[in-house]
Amino acid sequence: MWNKEVETLPRDKMEEIQLERLKDTVKRVYENVPFYRNRLDEAGVSPDNIKSLDDIRRIPFTVKDDLRENYPFGMFAAPMKDIVRIHASSGTTGKPTTVGYTKADLELWSECVARIIAMAGGTCEDIAQIAFGYGLFTGAFGLHYGLEKIGAAVIPMSSGNTEKQIMIMKDYQSTILVSTPSYAMHMVEVMEELGVKKSELNLKIGLFGAEGSTEEMRAQLEKRWGILATENYGMSELIGPGVSGECVHKTGMHINEDYFIPEIIDPDTGEVLKDGETGELVITTIGKQGIPLLRYRTKDITYLIKEPCPCGRTTTRMAKIQGRSDDMLIIRGVNVFPSQVESVLLGIEHISPHYQLIVEREGFIDKLKVVVELEDSSLLESFAQLEKLEETIKHKLHTVLGLSAKVELAEPRTIERFTGKAKRVIDLRK
Amino acid sequence: MLIKQISIFVQNKSGRLAEITRLLGEKGVNILALSIADTTDFGILRLIVSNPDAAEQAISEYGLTAKVTEVIGVAVPHVPGGLASALAILNDKGISIEYMYAFVTKSEGDAMVILKVDDNFTAMKVLSENGIKLLTPEDVASI
Repeated sequence: MWNKEVETLPRDKMEEIQLERLKDTVKRVYENVPFYRNRLDEAGVSPDNIKSLDDIRRIPFTVKDDLRENYPFGMFAAPMKDIVRIHASSGTTGKPTTVGYTKADLELWSECVARIIAMAGGTCEDIAQIAFGYGLFTGAFGLHYGLEKIGAAVIPMSSGNTEKQIMIMKDYQSTILVSTPSYAMHMVEVMEELGVKKSELNLKIGLFGAEGSTEEMRAQLEKRWGILATENYGMSELIGPGVSGECVHKTGMHINEDYFIPEIIDPDTGEVLKDGETGELVITTIGKQGIPLLRYRTKDITYLIKEPCPCGRTTTRMAKIQGRSDDMLIIRGVNVFPSQVESVLLGIEHISPHYQLIVEREGFIDKLKVVVELEDSSLLESFAQLEKLEETIKHKLHTVLGLSAKVELAEPRTIERFTGKAKRVIDLRK
Repeated sequence: MLIKQISIFVQNKSGRLAEITRLLGEKGVNILALSIADTTDFGILRLIVSNPDAAEQAISEYGLTAKVTEVIGVAVPHVPGGLASALAILNDKGISIEYMYAFVTKSEGDAMVILKVDDNFTAMKVLSENGIKLLTPEDVASI
């Protein structure tokens, strides 16, 4: 265990720490973030009202739109002189959700990730290959610093260039692979095509995250790579990876509760559900300084597990994510909202406002196809113009989504119309 | 003396061409010449028909994306080099051909070809000055 004292705290001690930090956090945002001061004033809650952990229920929820409306730095609770890192995730209108870290936040982040790596069995002896993309995305940097903290040797490969990934993995004898589960699946296929045997590798642990996966996929990953495949959870708004992770028993993801308070709510009513009931995960960050969030609605559907874990940790666990309470898709680790696609398409001439998103898994790689109806016949004289139209749509989608999609032109009125809530997404991955 | 051509956007799905041609057949429209160019996703079907107005109406009512354009029809001697001489005339004048295709049928010794060029007026002028017979809509309709 990386931090045995904290990870095995008796419940009452953990709650003491949580209450203390919750009070500090509410005070911090009330004093430093105008958005929160207004929000709390409107709800009639002052920092002094937080006297027990149950008082958290008096605090209004924070949602992704709040971050968007305060783009880019309006939610920061620390002055820019104290911010040392900025990350972002894709937003619904092309504006990324932006987060900032103080030095203390980076330290806290590394600590949380280090615990998760240790839970999965990682140590200073390990050689860890990070196949997450480095950049604004929090995944790669989060694992990078956590792995360095536990003393592992980090190979910052970034994502892509799969053949080289396999070569490095074999030549350097990497023991840990950090990636999305779907990319790990693709990598193992490439490995098999290259004729590299798993016995030539030294891979032992997979730290998979940034997107959900099924138990069937885990079983495949474990068999084909010959590894222990663990899952971890996080999102940039909360900190990045490091919110929770699985130990070797794979009985749910242990939440770093001294920094994150989990609640499960009914996504329709906002009512807090009982332990073990399935609903939307809501997290309050209670250690972060740069951008603390109160009762942030993750939109991820799961349930909490409080029964003891054979590993000895006493922290609450969360089950594998069961789905989303909104229409967000996760494609190759990238968050995609149909509304983003819509905003792009509505700005393009010659096509109708109807569209369909088809997500498929080819091999183990997710592919997004966007079908649009060609409405305007003025381009019919020239193939080049039609192809240019496809290219334009593709390019604009890539700019907004950060993901390449295939664009298909369809005949008018061939995409299904809806009178109620439109079902624009066909997810064939399940 | 231009001839009306109908261009139709067609998705690459099995049965599409059968359906469109069936639709035209039901309306008593005879297809005189056709060309189809395709990519993996979609194609453009170009048709010269016996009664373009009826065809256009039927296709639009059916909800397809279609457009009527004017193209040139020429009759060239149905002998080796017959088409080459007509194309050479256009080339000499710097007129480029965007696409072309031939008729399904032929009449008295001449082959009939549809040309889509960047400058209809000049093309027609130089072709007739050089003795190439241009087809009229009436010629086409009588096929």
